[in-house]
Amino acid sequence: MTTTERTAASYFLPSDEPLGLVTADGTPTPDPALAMPADDVLLRLYRGMVSGRRFDTQATALTKQGRLAVYPSARGQEAAEIGSILALRPQDWLFPTYRDSMAVVARGVDPVEVLTLLRGDWHCGYDPYRANVAPQCTPLATNTLHAVGFAHAARVKGEDTVSLVLVGDGATSEGDTHEALNFAAVWKAPVVFLVQNNGYAISVPLEKQTAAPSLAYKGVGYGMPSVLVDGNDAAAVHAVVEQAVARAAAGEGPTLIEAVTYRMESHTNADDATRYREKAEVEQWLTRDPISRLKQYLTDRGLLDDKAQQEIDARAEEEAAALRERMNVDTELDPADLFRHVYAEPTAALRQQAAELAHENTEDQA
Amino acid sequence: MTATLDTTLSLAGALNRALADALAEDERVLIFGEDVGTLGGVFRVTDGLAARFGDTRVFDSPLAESGIVGTAIGMAMNGLRPVIEMQFDAFAYPAFEQITSHLAKLRNRTKGQVELPVVIRVPYGGGIGGVEHHCDSSEVYYTHTAGLRVVTPATPDDAYTLLREAIDSPDPVIFLEPKRRYWEKGTVDPQRRSPGLDKAVIRREGTDVTLISYGGALGTTLEAAEAAAEEGYSAEVIDLRSLAPFDLETVAASVRRTGRAVVVHEASRFCGYGAEVAAQLSEHCFHYLEAPVLRVAGFDIPYPAPNLEQHHLPGVDRILDAIERLQWDDAAPLDGEK
Repeated sequence: MTTTERTAASYFLPSDEPLGLVTADGTPTPDPALAMPADDVLLRLYRGMVSGRRFDTQATALTKQGRLAVYPSARGQEAAEIGSILALRPQDWLFPTYRDSMAVVARGVDPVEVLTLLRGDWHCGYDPYRANVAPQCTPLATNTLHAVGFAHAARVKGEDTVSLVLVGDGATSEGDTHEALNFAAVWKAPVVFLVQNNGYAISVPLEKQTAAPSLAYKGVGYGMPSVLVDGNDAAAVHAVVEQAVARAAAGEGPTLIEAVTYRMESHTNADDATRYREKAEVEQWLTRDPISRLKQYLTDRGLLDDKAQQEIDARAEEEAAALRERMNVDTELDPADLFRHVYAEPTAALRQQAAELAHENTEDQA
Repeated sequence: MTATLDTTLSLAGALNRALADALAEDERVLIFGEDVGTLGGVFRVTDGLAARFGDTRVFDSPLAESGIVGTAIGMAMNGLRPVIEMQFDAFAYPAFEQITSHLAKLRNRTKGQVELPVVIRVPYGGGIGGVEHHCDSSEVYYTHTAGLRVVTPATPDDAYTLLREAIDSPDPVIFLEPKRRYWEKGTVDPQRRSPGLDKAVIRREGTDVTLISYGGALGTTLEAAEAAAEEGYSAEVIDLRSLAPFDLETVAASVRRTGRAVVVHEASRFCGYGAEVAAQLSEHCFHYLEAPVLRVAGFDIPYPAPNLEQHHLPGVDRILDAIERLQWDDAAPLDGEK
């Protein structure tokens, strides 16, 4: 359906049920508005999700070994994380949150650099300009505005760059989300907002977060197309994000996508999810697992056999082993770094304080 | 440059000229905020700029302060140099998180990879009969935040120069514009550059006491210095210009000469900027001081209604009273006597 065939209302309103291409048991459900990704893309999505989950379990293990101070798991959200990242073009930018380490790694950032934040060594361990990934954002929703500004600047400069911003369900209650949606729509900025609705903002469930029929409705009032998609269906997430990116790149403005998914683990390793959700609910979501779903579909189609599966698993295992080994190296931090990146040039007061600290440290060693 | 380039402008006019010159010289500069386009800003600081430079360079944004600052951060990450306006001091508070958690910190968080050359213009302070939320002196919220530069001009010449230097700065700058001095006229030399974005200047030389002030209160402080002269006190007046960083060198050198200091500002006294100046002077000039460093400031109250503001804002008399309280020895020995 082209935009001109739609009335304003039908154009902006999300569907009542999440869009999908593959059901929970791996059965294809073609959608005329949504093209099934090509076979090679589906295989890349699958490999990415297997690697992503292995990264996630490795990072969780590193918290138990004391190598990471904290880790917010994205287990269960692989389809949303990988499905969206693989829909980006090289020149596009990602504006992730703290939970999106898996997406940042999938975008090409060194996993050790990604985990520098959570290890406690520095607030952002990677150069944002190397893989076009903004620093992972800890305050909720503030990254939405950065994405809009970045995208607007790209248009001003005549560059074909789309911003993809990731937020969770809790962030949709923050003022910045609303300001960002409004600015993006008014400016027709090339931005894709992807809300990963994983059911809980730490312990607060969706019904206490919003009274809207779905979070996708948040885009309607701002005047942008709003899409509700099955967030555990990597093919569908990839298809809707790819459409939204193409729409943004064509100068048609922003899109809001709600991907309905579930956070299988606690908010972080420090949280106790049994205090606020039932075991039965978690188990019910296990039957909708994004990885086994795509695996079933690919196997049924003859695109994935045991040999290929073994290769994919082996590669994910190698990546995890390499990460583990590199994370087990003790890092040495230079206290003088405290003063180096506050201003372009340290102020007189900072130079003085750096000297005081150096003196303090020399006395400690003496 | 030659004096023929000098122009007489109001402080607001000097800011307008600085913005126009920056837009003309650097295509990365752009201006946005509420009412800055067609209207030219409620104080007309951006008057005519949208017409001259087009609505891609100078434009009205939706009304949302966090949105204005947050999108400016994204634009700066992508190589632009946004100059944005918060319409009034207290209207900037919704943007506080973007300013303190992101604008101030992104360079640090990324080990210097992300540079944010953003200038936030904030008309601040009272003395114009404004209604509530239009007259706050919000400087210390910003000066307490590492990563921000905070500057405030007090003369048209400095308004031009400081704004040009703020736009050129690789660091984010909170540019505080003293509203009550917007219409103050003076000579502006666009070719002049100041001793530096972080330098204080001596506006009046004196030998007995150093009066330290900035922004809106500087005019009153200079008047008080003239009045003090009639009473026999030679007052030196320092215009801080830069609140963060603080130019300890210039201030301390003056106080070591005079031995006495009074800090004058219109913001509330408790945890106000004067407290920092007084603390620095007691740490660095203790043995030169003949008296405690005094603060003349606004009261520790929410900014009052316009018909009462003259009682809150420090006037010449309050400054003169402070000078009188500086432990002068009335029975001073004659010259040459011990």
